[in-house]
This record gives sequence, C-alpha cells and structure tokens, in this order.
Amino acid sequence: MKLKQIIQSAFVIARRDFTATVFSKTFLLFLIGPLFPALLGGGLGGIGAKIDEDARKPVVEVIANDTDFARIAQARGRLAMAMSEEDLIILVQARPEANLGAQRDRLLKQEDPPVLGVLEGGLEKPFFSGAVNADGRTIRQLQWMLDDTRRPIAEHVPNVALGVKILNQSSGTLQAARALTARAGQFLLFFLTLLLAGMVLSQLIEEKSNKVIEILSAAVPVDAIFLGKLFAMLAISLVGIAVWVIAGAAAISIWAPNGLGSLPEPAVGWPMFLALGPVYFAMSYLLIGGVFLGIGAQASTVREVQTLSMPVTMAQVLLFGFASMGVGHPDSPVALGASVFPLSSPFSMFGRAAEQAALWPHAVALLWQALWVVLILKISAGLFRRSVLKSGPGFRWPWQRRAAA
Amino acid sequence: MNASILAVEARDLVKFFGDTKAVDGVSLAVPAGSIYGILGPNGAGKTTTLRMLLGIIDPSTGERSLLGYDRPLEAAHVVGYLPEERGLYPAMSCLEAIAFMGALRGLPVREGRARGAELLASHGLGDWAKKPIRTLSKGMAQTVQLLGTIVHKPKLIVLDEPFSGLDAINQEKLEALIRRQTSEGTTILFSTHVIAHAERLCERIAIIARGKVAFEGGVDEARNRLRQIVHLRTRAEDGPWRSAIPADARRVGKEWVFELPSGGPEPLLKALIEGGAGIETLSIERPGLHDAFVAIAGEAAAREMGDAQNQAVAA
Repeated sequence: MKLKQIIQSAFVIARRDFTATVFSKTFLLFLIGPLFPALLGGGLGGIGAKIDEDARKPVVEVIANDTDFARIAQARGRLAMAMSEEDLIILVQARPEANLGAQRDRLLKQEDPPVLGVLEGGLEKPFFSGAVNADGRTIRQLQWMLDDTRRPIAEHVPNVALGVKILNQSSGTLQAARALTARAGQFLLFFLTLLLAGMVLSQLIEEKSNKVIEILSAAVPVDAIFLGKLFAMLAISLVGIAVWVIAGAAAISIWAPNGLGSLPEPAVGWPMFLALGPVYFAMSYLLIGGVFLGIGAQASTVREVQTLSMPVTMAQVLLFGFASMGVGHPDSPVALGASVFPLSSPFSMFGRAAEQAALWPHAVALLWQALWVVLILKISAGLFRRSVLKSGPGFRWPWQRRAAA
Repeated sequence: MNASILAVEARDLVKFFGDTKAVDGVSLAVPAGSIYGILGPNGAGKTTTLRMLLGIIDPSTGERSLLGYDRPLEAAHVVGYLPEERGLYPAMSCLEAIAFMGALRGLPVREGRARGAELLASHGLGDWAKKPIRTLSKGMAQTVQLLGTIVHKPKLIVLDEPFSGLDAINQEKLEALIRRQTSEGTTILFSTHVIAHAERLCERIAIIARGKVAFEGGVDEARNRLRQIVHLRTRAEDGPWRSAIPADARRVGKEWVFELPSGGPEPLLKALIEGGAGIETLSIERPGLHDAFVAIAGEAAAREMGDAQNQAVAA
C-alpha cells in the first residue's frame, strides 16, 4: 500500500480516536488532573536544581603570582580544617598577564571550569569581581583567607578590606542557571511524557474488546492503525498541554507577574528553546508512546495493561534519570550516550539546548529520532501482526524449517 | 474458468497456528457477480480462509488474489467485510459508525454520512441515526454494521457467518439484501454452517472440512453427485415387482426409500406396473444440499453442522 494511502488511513483512525476522546466527559478530568502532581513536580525540580548546584561548583580565579597564591591556598587549607571542604570555595590560580583588565574579562567568560568570580590585586589591593551575593559566603570566605594570609606578614602588608564588584552574571552562574533551565525543561518534558504516554498502552484494548480490530485490520494496514492511534494521542496530549500552558501562564501573570521574566535564559535563546520544546515533546511521545503502543497491543485485557503500567513508568523514570545525568556536562560520555540512545534522546537534547548554543546537533538528533519512530512503529506493527493476528509464516528455528521442508 | 472474471481466487492456501494446520491447501475460484458460499462445521477453517483472502493475516504458504489484486489490502476500497464477531464502537452514533466504516475504505466522511442516512432510512433505522450504538438491540446493531459494510458500494462483499444471531425476520431481510446487492453486480462471498442458507442463496459453494476443500463447484453439481431418491408406497406387499427396486432399499413406515436406479424412472415404472406392485404413491425427489454435504464431507461433519445449527437456533 502506498504511503499516501497509509497516511490517509491513519488520519481516519486518528480522527476517530481524537474526537472520541476530546469530546468525551472524562476529558475534562484529564485536563484538571495534572494540577496536583504538577505542584509536587515543582518541589522535586527544586531539589534537583539544588543537587546540581552543589555538584557543579564554580571556581574563583585568583590572578596572583606563585608566592601569593601559595599563601592564599595555605589559608584556604587552614579554613578547610575548620569547615567542610564541600562548603569551601574553590580557588584556581591565573598568573598575571600584561593586560589585567582583558584577562579578568576573559576569565569571567570562561566556561571550563565555570568561573564564579575573579580575585586580583594581590595581597596589597585585593579586589573581587563576580556574580555573588555581597554579604554571602564567597566574600566572607575570601576575606577570611586574605586576613589569615596577611597575619604573619602584617608589618609588610597593610590590612586592607576586600574590594568587591558585584556582577550580574559570570560564566559560573550562567552555567548553573542554564543547568537549572536544562533540568527544568527535561523535567517538564519527562513529566508530560510520563503523564501522557502511558495512555497509549491501552489504546488497542478497546478495539480488541469490541472486536473492531477485525474491521480495522481488514480495511487498512496495521502500520496505519498504529500510526493513527499514536498521532491521535499526541494530538490529544498537545490539546491538554496547550490548555495547561495557557492556564499556567495566566496563573503566573496573576500571582507572580515577574515569574517568567526571572527564568534563566537557555543557550539557544528563549524563542528557539520554546520552539524545540514541543518538537522534543512530540518526539519523546512518539518514541516512548510507540514502544508502549507495541507493548500494550500484546495485552489482551485491561488487567494486563494495568499490570504493565508500573514497569513502563519505571522504565520512563530510568530514561529520565539517564538523560538528567548529563545535565551540566553536555559533552560528557553519559550526556552523549543519552543523546544517541533513541528513547532518552529527546530529554537529553532538550537539556543540551539549554546549555549549548549550537543548533546543528538538534537537526541531526531530530532526524535520528524520527528514524527510530518509524522503526519502532514498524516493529510494533509487525509484532502485532505476528503474535496477535497470527499472521505470516510464523517464526521457526532452522531445524524446524528443514523438517517442514 | 477465465481468470479475468474471478472476483476471488485462492491457490493452495495453507495456514499454521503453531504446529496446528488450520487450513490445508484451500483453493477457491469465486466468479465475479456470483453468490458464493463456504460451507463447513465450526473449526473447519472457514474464518481463517476468509481472513487470509482479505489480507488480515498472511498465509503460511499459498497465493490469493482479490479483484485482481495480489495484495488484498490494495483492494480494500472496493471490498466490504462483515466479520463473524461483530464490532462497533459503542459510544459512536449509528450514522458516524457507518461513515467511519466507509472512511476506512476510502469514502469521504461527508459522503459516508449522506449515504449512511439514506441507508438507515431505507432499513427502518432513520430515527436511530444519531443515537449511540450501545442503545441499539443486537439485531439493529448488526444491521448498522452491515450497512457500514456496503456504504462505500463495494464490488465484493465478504460475510463471515452473517446469519448467526439473527432472528428469522432479520435473516430474511439479510437474504433480500444479499440478492439486491448481487443484482447490482456485486460479488458475495459468505461463510456459513447453515446449509439451508447456502442452498437458497448460492450459485457456487466450497465445502470445507478439517481445513481442506472437500468440494468446490456449483450447488447443482454438488446435488447431482447423488442420485435422485424414490419414495414408493404399494398395495402389494410382495411379488415380482420387488426385483425392480434395489436390494438396499430402506423401509420407512409403509414406504420404500431408495436411490433411483441408473436406468431412470421409466424402466422402474414399467417394472413396477408389470410386476403388480399396485402403486399407491410414488415420488422422485432431488437430493438436497444437506444430502450432498453428508455424501461429500461425511456424517461426522454433517452432525457437527447440525449441532452448531441447533446451538444457533437455541441462541
């Protein structure tokens, strides 16, 4: 059957499923259902962001000669005896260059390692520029280290207060902010997929229990049935998401008018990030939904589908966990692995969009994911034909084939 | 038979389910425009054969063509199918169900609705058009599904056990609908385990037993395999006339029942009269399809058919 006919048939099936769902009374419940888990999700997302902030601590670059830096580092070591190493700022030496101003600016933009701020001026005129809180722990720790360093040589070095220039952003805060955006985006994607893809599991149960499957499979290819059902559920999900987004935006504009403006900007920029969101959602839905549709199609009763729900939910959590391991380290092997593995790829790539500006990886990833959607649907439809409709010659081991021959 | 006028053709279809051979080398040739019945007891392989012909399942081996298409689904737009287990979405309205079934076969939804409304009205269901399927009686739902099967004006209609579950009135209506479709040039292929339906409707039949085609040909051809049956009642109990009737003639009440001898009725009549039989009544009956079925498929298959028929009647 030609592709055009398959698409036309899929559209007929999708149209029926879409109207049957969206125009049912239960769809209203579906729309208001996510309110409570969304609140819970917000809390969990906050915890995740905190963990990430701790895991990827930005450094303070110290522009100093070897002697001064060694003294400051020793003072840090003494401070480390009094408090936990994890709570201490990390110091990295940068030897002074001819143009100190240019060196400072370059260091503040440095991405590897991400920089919280720059300490310069040596022990005589210490000055810190960075994106920190003026009376926060970074300044307090630096002041303590400088005081401690100068104590044995006080007659040579006057006790001067640390000069501080607070910046809006440094590479360290930018990376942390982007990681937060990445994590929030991934979580939202995961949450929506978790919420919506599970519905696909039971998609063929209605047709099987009503015996409509016989009518459908006599009229259109099984591939078209699967394609239609998957896209119908995607469309239903997008309707739900559109409603939730509008409701969410209205709520923010009422209760937190500056809430949206204070979100950290992703690396690809907000317009592209917001465009990629629905695309990656669609891809994650089609990929995971395609697998679920294939698994659910093997089930013959609602009870079997219910039994399958828990393991498939756990599988989704695993995928999300895999993808989120790469947040903050977009070029690490685990992040690349999560981007290549088809089922975690949309989550991982959406996180990458928040952290890295390059667009071509997204084009490649979307093509890769689309290829897997087709493959998964083909395999799911093939399995359905073989094991449920009992079509085809059936699998036989080589010796069985020889015996039959 | 000329292949170009065959609506359905099957060659050596074989289907295994695991190690079980459900269909064993079935070959069929259904002429275009005819009513063709597949007869056989439950479990004979009728439904599996139809599902293979329609492309719902692929055969393990063998070939089939539907209206000239080797891939049956390519002919879906000109084929209608009513499965044995009826299936409709309960929440759908009658009209939408018919339009949906038409759309699956390529009929635009708007046209499907228009034709559906006409069909429902002409079958006395006009008032039910917008009501959901779940509110219909079983017979009405079956009618709606049948209308959905023909809404796109197919050239071939395949009906799997179409009469099962229908009361006598609805069976008559269905027979009338089948005849009407055929008069418009549509080919009808249906399976049944009720011989009477096949006998009334079909021009050609295939008798399937245990997955194999035991007979394929015209209904008359099947009947003609048996000799005509003579029912004779005489005044004389004995006499020279007795030599005119076969030795295996059965005595049923006061009647003698036997197959018409190969010479035909005239020599028999002459021998009876000259032998002093004193004929009270004599009738020569053509054997029915049931007799032919018994002769072709065997007593066991006929008994199974009878049991299934009784169960259907009881249901």
